[in-house]
Amino acid sequence: MLRFIARRLLLAAMVLWLITVAVFVLFFVTPHDPARVIAGRLATPQTVAAVRHRLGLDRPVPEQYGHFLDRLLHGDLGYSYYNSEPVTHLLLSRLPVTVSLTAGAAVIWLALGIGTGVLAARRPRSVADRAATVFVLTGLSTPTFLVGIIFLYVLFFRLHLAGITFFPGGGYVPITQSPAGWAQHLILPWLTLAFVSAATYSRLTRASLLDVLGEGYITTARSKGLSKRRVVYHHGLRSALTPVVTQLGVDVGALLGGAVVTESIFGLPGLGQLALQSVTTQDLPVIVGVVLIAAVFVVIANIVVDMLYAVLDPRVRLSLGASARALLRRCISPFRHWTMVMRCPVCRQSGSRAKSPRRVEVCHCGTSWSVRPRS
Amino acid sequence: MTTVDLQPAPTEIKGRGPWQLAGARLRRDRVAIGSVVVICCLVILALAAPLISRLVGHGPDTQYRTTGLTPDGLPVGPSRSFLLGTDNLGRDILVRIAYGARISLLVGVVSTLLAVVSGVVVGLVAGYSGGAVDTVLARFMDVVLSFPFLLFAIALVAVVGPSLRVAILVIAFFSWAAVGRVIRGQTLSLREREFVEAARSLGASNLRIMFVDLLPNLTAPILVYTTLLIPVAIVFEATLSFLGLGVVPPTPSWGGMLADSLQYYQVAWWFVLFPGLALLATTLSFNLLGDSVRDALDPNADRLQRRP
Repeated sequence: MLRFIARRLLLAAMVLWLITVAVFVLFFVTPHDPARVIAGRLATPQTVAAVRHRLGLDRPVPEQYGHFLDRLLHGDLGYSYYNSEPVTHLLLSRLPVTVSLTAGAAVIWLALGIGTGVLAARRPRSVADRAATVFVLTGLSTPTFLVGIIFLYVLFFRLHLAGITFFPGGGYVPITQSPAGWAQHLILPWLTLAFVSAATYSRLTRASLLDVLGEGYITTARSKGLSKRRVVYHHGLRSALTPVVTQLGVDVGALLGGAVVTESIFGLPGLGQLALQSVTTQDLPVIVGVVLIAAVFVVIANIVVDMLYAVLDPRVRLSLGASARALLRRCISPFRHWTMVMRCPVCRQSGSRAKSPRRVEVCHCGTSWSVRPRS
Repeated sequence: MTTVDLQPAPTEIKGRGPWQLAGARLRRDRVAIGSVVVICCLVILALAAPLISRLVGHGPDTQYRTTGLTPDGLPVGPSRSFLLGTDNLGRDILVRIAYGARISLLVGVVSTLLAVVSGVVVGLVAGYSGGAVDTVLARFMDVVLSFPFLLFAIALVAVVGPSLRVAILVIAFFSWAAVGRVIRGQTLSLREREFVEAARSLGASNLRIMFVDLLPNLTAPILVYTTLLIPVAIVFEATLSFLGLGVVPPTPSWGGMLADSLQYYQVAWWFVLFPGLALLATTLSFNLLGDSVRDALDPNADRLQRRP
């Protein structure tokens, strides 16, 4: 387990390092001279040179990268070119908005996605299943901004015309100021994000639940005389949700870096909007800051998912004594019904069923791969 | 479960290859036929864009400030001269949708092809070579997939400047790893099969085994992923253009039109509706077609899920 965690952390560090390199290269290859941008259009060559010296742009590239990395490790992201505010301050001031948006939307899309997924899986090929498929395909095909515009048109504009002014057309109210106003201002952005994301979860839940319902222990539960409802919701759904948890970690990690489109449509001052504004003002340190913080979120989310995974999948454990393993299993006894799962090398979802002696795994995405039994 | 053909035995029994069977399944699929029809219409729309422009008598970027705008300077609704109405600058929406279809399809197809080709090559090499090469390539794909891609695309476009070529390259760069991962996974299981061993014992080189023996066996996933990547690329391009980071105005693109319409949706519904419908019809039909192609090529995949 320790070795596993260490390996994941090492990989995460590598990803982050590569992203700093990519970001630095991006920074460096820019055709716009940052010094010129800061100094302004009417600056004399001397001023530009002075600014360049102050930014350290006149030093050799590796030295600049070392300096960049050094400051980064000290949590210093530099200052905005635009208004000279520290980038970390800017990021921290925008973070609550993005977190509010992501958290609320995640709750709605989980309810929507899992709900329709279960509905579809309980009666495959039924009307409900077909309706869920239509929902999934519409969700997958509609760009976020189109959903946002439609919601704005119907729920904001048309309802306003009809005299119902429940949905505001944009803006943000901090939760500390007014929790009701906060929720009211976020409901349209939440719905927008949720509608787009729920499709994936619906599909995932359906496939995984159908898979689990074919398991032996489901038949056992049924033959014990338990009702179908209880078996589906109590025994089946519980283990079927493993891939959903994986996907949730990845999505939340990605969105915490800024839901660019949703924030820009509804005028939410989050990280994504900050990034977009910085593009217009050519404010490179801020863009770099947002990209880096987004990368950190994605990496953290991946680690969390992997750890959760190691806990859920007895075969991911590495160098852990049998007794310690038993203890760990007992600690997580609420999860004892979860089936053994293994992450598919192709779709990275843990949707495969693994019966222990089997050497070939099959994932719901259609991939099969062979497993070397671990000694 | 399985449907058994119980029709009276035909006099002559002909063997049908897996591709013929898949083709037959696809032709029987009404959804697939419908999507193909829609896609063909779009292609015709894109190809005939200059013709439509000539027929209607409106250029794609020409602003009709007297006929195309109300006295208050607002867009004009659908009428005899402007069939789908005009936009905020008095340009004909129909003509712009037709020209926008060119951009969408071009970006969708070109970036998907780039992504699929590089993804297949990298995936094949990684999966077939194994060892250190595989580790490095697989990790690299992991890194690309864990990039916050929309933000990174924004940063990249901010630095390089928006253009069609940049948009295509950005989309391809963030799509190839997904294909690479699939192909690598499939190659991993394929390379253990007997025919690879047979080829090797016949003295075939690694390159030959990869591209002559393994590649044809990967056609099904490649085909499915190509169809499913096109709508993703189209949505990606529309999103970039919507944020002002894709195709540069005044070149018409659906995402850019929808971005303009965001200011006018309260007075001009046609400004939102028609580009939105065009975009939705395109992505939806590619997605439906992709699903049908998957079902046709690999009927077992679905059946596995449909166990009682």
